[in-house]
Amino acid sequence: MENITNWFTYVNDNFEYILEETINHARIVLIVIALATVTSVLLGVLIQRRPVARAVVLALSGIVLTIPSLALFALFIPVVGIGNPPAMLALYLYALMPVLRNTVTGLDSVSPAVVESAKGMGMSSTQQLLRVRLPLAWPVIMAGVRISSLMTVGIAAIAILVGGDGLGSYIQGGLTRFGLPNSENSVWAGVVFTVLLGLVLDIAFAIFQRFSTPRGLRA
Amino acid sequence: MTTEQQSPGQQAREPKIRLDKVGKTYPGTKVAAVEELSLDIHEGEILVLVGPSGCGKSTTLRLINRMIEPSGGRILLDGEDVTKVNPDKLRRRIGYVIQQIGLFPHQTIAQNIETVPRMLGWDKQKAKARSEELLGMVGLDPERYRDSYPKALSGGQAQRVGVARALGADPDIMLMDEPFGAIDPITRERLQNEFLRLQGELRKTIVFVTHDIDEAIKMGDKIAILGERSTIRQIDTPERILAYPVDDFVDDFIGTGSTIKGLNFLKVSSLALTDYPTLEPGGTAEAGRAALQDTGREWLVQLDENRTPVRWIHADGLDSADHERGEPVGDLLHSQDTLFHALELMVQSASGETCVVDDAGAFVGVVRMADLAKAIRRAQYEARMHYEQMERQS
Repeated sequence: MENITNWFTYVNDNFEYILEETINHARIVLIVIALATVTSVLLGVLIQRRPVARAVVLALSGIVLTIPSLALFALFIPVVGIGNPPAMLALYLYALMPVLRNTVTGLDSVSPAVVESAKGMGMSSTQQLLRVRLPLAWPVIMAGVRISSLMTVGIAAIAILVGGDGLGSYIQGGLTRFGLPNSENSVWAGVVFTVLLGLVLDIAFAIFQRFSTPRGLRA
Repeated sequence: MTTEQQSPGQQAREPKIRLDKVGKTYPGTKVAAVEELSLDIHEGEILVLVGPSGCGKSTTLRLINRMIEPSGGRILLDGEDVTKVNPDKLRRRIGYVIQQIGLFPHQTIAQNIETVPRMLGWDKQKAKARSEELLGMVGLDPERYRDSYPKALSGGQAQRVGVARALGADPDIMLMDEPFGAIDPITRERLQNEFLRLQGELRKTIVFVTHDIDEAIKMGDKIAILGERSTIRQIDTPERILAYPVDDFVDDFIGTGSTIKGLNFLKVSSLALTDYPTLEPGGTAEAGRAALQDTGREWLVQLDENRTPVRWIHADGLDSADHERGEPVGDLLHSQDTLFHALELMVQSASGETCVVDDAGAFVGVVRMADLAKAIRRAQYEARMHYEQMERQS
């Protein structure tokens, strides 16, 4: 009990800094998710009807997820230096897979009869995609975006190891001086605010998902 | 055997749709899915493509709007070769209805119907007026359905919207691929009837695919019976196909009862009615006997004040009390009724004979089973003569 009060005091005293790192953390996640979503939707559209490319790309995007995050972060240091860039590049690669897979699944789930009638009415392939196939796949794509965002919020805490910003600094900072005053409070602050950020982003995306889904598709 | 035939008047007219040796062979296969097919469809006519499943009738239909690109031949609309034009622009000129309907679930019903008009650049007001008009035309209240989404519709209602959407930009040509195939029988019949009524006003040129010969007979001005690889086994009016199937394949396909189905196309007015002696209201037994003696028959028809038949009276029953003698005549036939209806009434009536009345309800004669048999034989004879004459000409 005393520990908890102690922790709240710590958070209260450092709130400004914790908030700043939370915002940095959120910024990294949102930029990564935006870029990954755009790439994945484009890539998903390209591969969905091409069986070979589809199998290869989906497999690759899955394999990326199995690369240990610390290694992946470090791998990019020679390429883009230290700081946020290598972290964001690694997070971007992780975030691709859920959105990509859901884009393909979402496009698969569009009724062939609907596409047939769109084509039969004289819609070009681009019109079919933009007016019919993507709007119908959208709820599934958004579900992928939400998974990616939760995942990225968690992994982004490692960005500190390659010199990046974010709540990872509290976890890392606490761990390196473990046993010293406030070290445990620092770790817990990093963890709790990371989790809170994940929840807030997920709720925000859920609301966005609801309002960006065409009314005829809402349950 | 391919038999395309037209009356001389039709030959002069340019067909609305002409398929000129159109075929489809998929890459990597040796056998054609659709063998070179030549076919004329005239303005305002419903041509039904009917055949066993897998015969390529849907493929043939989809060749017309190039949903499937033909591997050979030409498609002419109003004499214009559309085989090489932009396929999307071509499809905007042709209404297309499919069995699975394929309404856009994320758009309102009005938006669905306005799809093609908006693509063609109609302004909002004009497109909206059109979608409301079309909803009314297919029997859906615009106020109620305009802003709902397809998920709110039953299967029958959804296909009404499907038809309205295909009519969106008022195309001259409609392609319909088993449009009523997935709808329950009662609703299907209602949709068929309403569609025929609509077609009576709109006079679109329609190619209609079905596997159901009864639907083909009902909907078609002409029917093309297709065999394997979409080869035409017989193409003609439903009545002539029923009266004279050209070979065993067609005969098997139209199945048993084709003669009876053919009765749907013959009218009571085409029959030579049998004359019967009648008895005026209040006529005496003596008057009746005299009438019977003149004609040599055993039954006469009792009329009422309007000369409407009321009872059959046998010679032996003339002397009994006025209101109990004889038997009621049952339902009456009118000259515009079909012989199918006549047959139904005859089967129900005790005597196998049914009275025919004019529009005012006055007795004009009697139809007997033998008259039906004669009418059927005459229709069969005429159809056979027609084909023999065609053969001599070619």
